[in-house]
Amino acid sequence: MTSLAADTRVATADPGTRLVAKARWRWPEFLLWLFAIALIWIAPSRYLLFNEIVILALLALSIDLVLGFAGIVTLGQGAFFGLGAYTAGLMAKHGMGTFPWSDPLLGLVGAAIVAGFVGFLSSFLVLRGSDLTRLMVTLGVALIVQELGNKLDWITGGADGLQGVMPAPILGLFDFDIYGRNAYLYSLCTLFVLFLIARALVNSPFGLSLRAIKGNLTRARAIGIPVERRLVVIYTVGAAYAGIAGALLAQTTQFVSLDVLSFERSADALLILVFGGVGTLYGALIGAIAFKAMYDVLASATPEYWGFWLGLALVLLVLFARGGIMGLMAALMERFGRRRMGDA
Amino acid sequence: MLTILFDGIAYGLLLFILAVGLSITLGLMNFINLAHGAFAMAGGYITVVMVNRLGLSFFWSLPAAFIVTAALGASLERTLYVRLYDKNHLDQVLFSLGLIFMSVAAVDYFMGANQQIVNLPPALDGRLEFLGASIGYYRLFVIILCSLLTIGLQLVLTKTRFGSRLRASVDDQRVARGLGIDVSKIFALTFAIGSGLAGLGGALATPFFNIDPTFPLKYMIYFLIVIAVGGTTTITGPFLSALLLGVADVAGKYYVPAIGGFIIYTIMVLVLIFRPQGLFGRVTGR
Amino acid sequence: MPEVMSPVLETKALHKTFGGLTATNNVTFALPAGARHALIGPNGAGKTTFVNLLSGVLTPTSGTVYLDGTDVTRWPAHKRAGAGLARTFQINQLFADFTPLETIVLAISQAKGLAARFLRPVGTDTSIANAAADLLQRLTLGDVMHARVGALPYGKQRLLEIAIAVASEPKVLLLDEPAAGVPESEREQILDVVAALPGEMALVLIEHDMDLVFRFAKSLTVLVLGGVLVEGSPSEIVNDPRVRQVYLGELHVEGFSQPHAGGALG
Repeated sequence: MTSLAADTRVATADPGTRLVAKARWRWPEFLLWLFAIALIWIAPSRYLLFNEIVILALLALSIDLVLGFAGIVTLGQGAFFGLGAYTAGLMAKHGMGTFPWSDPLLGLVGAAIVAGFVGFLSSFLVLRGSDLTRLMVTLGVALIVQELGNKLDWITGGADGLQGVMPAPILGLFDFDIYGRNAYLYSLCTLFVLFLIARALVNSPFGLSLRAIKGNLTRARAIGIPVERRLVVIYTVGAAYAGIAGALLAQTTQFVSLDVLSFERSADALLILVFGGVGTLYGALIGAIAFKAMYDVLASATPEYWGFWLGLALVLLVLFARGGIMGLMAALMERFGRRRMGDA
Repeated sequence: MLTILFDGIAYGLLLFILAVGLSITLGLMNFINLAHGAFAMAGGYITVVMVNRLGLSFFWSLPAAFIVTAALGASLERTLYVRLYDKNHLDQVLFSLGLIFMSVAAVDYFMGANQQIVNLPPALDGRLEFLGASIGYYRLFVIILCSLLTIGLQLVLTKTRFGSRLRASVDDQRVARGLGIDVSKIFALTFAIGSGLAGLGGALATPFFNIDPTFPLKYMIYFLIVIAVGGTTTITGPFLSALLLGVADVAGKYYVPAIGGFIIYTIMVLVLIFRPQGLFGRVTGR
Repeated sequence: MPEVMSPVLETKALHKTFGGLTATNNVTFALPAGARHALIGPNGAGKTTFVNLLSGVLTPTSGTVYLDGTDVTRWPAHKRAGAGLARTFQINQLFADFTPLETIVLAISQAKGLAARFLRPVGTDTSIANAAADLLQRLTLGDVMHARVGALPYGKQRLLEIAIAVASEPKVLLLDEPAAGVPESEREQILDVVAALPGEMALVLIEHDMDLVFRFAKSLTVLVLGGVLVEGSPSEIVNDPRVRQVYLGELHVEGFSQPHAGGALG
């Protein structure tokens, strides 16, 4: 977490206040969320795009919890996304548009439970070994789930995709309209609530202990932190978040295809996070916006070579802009803050 | 039965040649190069161009694939990879993923997205009946060539001055530097040879699998399993794990086609549960 | 020191081999509550290995470790820490991106079993934050408690190592060369901090610097080749001919009072 200009004002406060101040809301945060709501009036024709951004942001956020705060390098978050999408999709399809099975909120809960459960089981494999084995396991689990989605075509619809996903109105009141306005608001609210929880989580003692594990494993163990238990918890939470993102996609697009499980989706989400800034939470949101903007510019002409630009962006990012957009902003703010202090 | 075993061994040896470079670079530089498969793809497409477009002999394309990808590997190592040795694994993963995406798109641009088929030279087409097993000449050729390469590699590692310097560098870089070994030159040379072998493996693999631009992504998990199960301290570990993986994969897909695709993952999970440090030797956790 | 109480930390025939190499050889050792004990021995004597066996970083090949009478031989490091065994490391093991205050707040929260709380921000519990700030003040880290740990001078980082270990109010504290690498001018400060630790806490000091050892310790164990050569009071150790022969003799040869001699295996 970056400590910004606010630090100077509370320097004399007692230690507790000083620590709590780090978790305080800052004005750019309010602006971002207000802007997200204001989009309804600013660009009413682009709900579908905004909805997609929100879902990608949530998936990237789920990776940030696991990677940014606990240091687990994962290539397979798409598995949980896909599990969530199929769970919510199947619930809505077989619920025939009525309560309880087709209820969207219950769909989110179902997706979180299924994805979280699989995440919980696979976390024990992820715990073992080095970064290399973690890459192998996360990728391997994603491929297993993908293969299952392919093989179990009587459930998933196979290559044709899952048709007839009919979620009931949200809270029994708001229908998913064809313009996607309610869908966008629904996704945005879900993201906001989950973001608040994630924000509380990483600022809490629990979050501090995760950062401790990432920072120095030996020391974390030596002060008594049960490392394995912590990692199981956060990996499970991350999987549930990804599952909810998948559920949002299934409900708002009313369709699930096999590519919810694709490796590209995991890679995109990882890129979004790195693009925005790892370990900042907001990096996931800003990264998703930047990613989609970049896609609009670069892929509209030649979509088949999008991968090239994506790859180039990754390479350049690693070589020249480690902290992503959030890192750049923090550096700017710091320089600005220092100058202001020098003036005073 | 014997046929399956034979196919599996051919496949496993091929996997070993494809992955051994990755294993050595990981052991030597602690660098996770997911883009290793891109070098294999480069080798495969060199064969495609030479055989299908230029009408040259398949046999000539093999050394060409080795030399060109080795040169490509060496130049990338000196210009790009060398900047990443001191970065963390996440950066290395992102960087090499970036290279994969770029190579996939570039190959798509120049060669098209469709599968490329390389026809076998007449000398290698056909089958041999042996103890009731039907063995393709090409598989036999792959087995012999890969075995020779493996023996050669082992000899280079154990008997030559370069090999002993390489092993010293893998063991402890600082000590090796202290002994006056030019570790960065060893890095570059090893990376080039590893890439070259991947290229050669890619060329050899093309008549088996055919090849398309998604090759580096499709086979990434195989490479990861070979080195994670086999360990990175010796080449014996990856060799055995590649053989195991090859035989299990071929046998699984043949005997239980419905779930054959899951066999390799089952192996991966079982190994992790019972031998988290890898089946053969240990993965250095530096 | 009255020796009637049962030992707070004890080992029975503790043995550790790496491959063919014996790093800890059949060590039986008992530490009473409130002890001021020093563990010395020439380079390669296996001091750090022994500490790692005590703290759970390594598992012994054979033998038993008791903490407060409980067999903890198979316990992982974090569980032993929870049961009142803390340690410092010869090479700093710190959270570079934390502030000292965050570091100590985490250590105290964990010791109180509150580090799994996940809804309120760190610092909401002012009693923990204040206790952490007090501890940092006492260890002369008060003025840097909001700085980034990774940016602190080395001497301050060494003090923070001790602060982390003390934060959990352990029954036993293992100090693995606390002054290693610290410039002469700052060694005094570390000694003062160690001297001011609560009397009921049992301390084990692993140290090369004989000045430090003899100022601090009321009892000593000399390890040689992984095994116990002799145990006794400082005056007994100084006058023991075996110690003079195998150990103190080295003083002139190797100059083992160098702070950064870097002890041993593991």
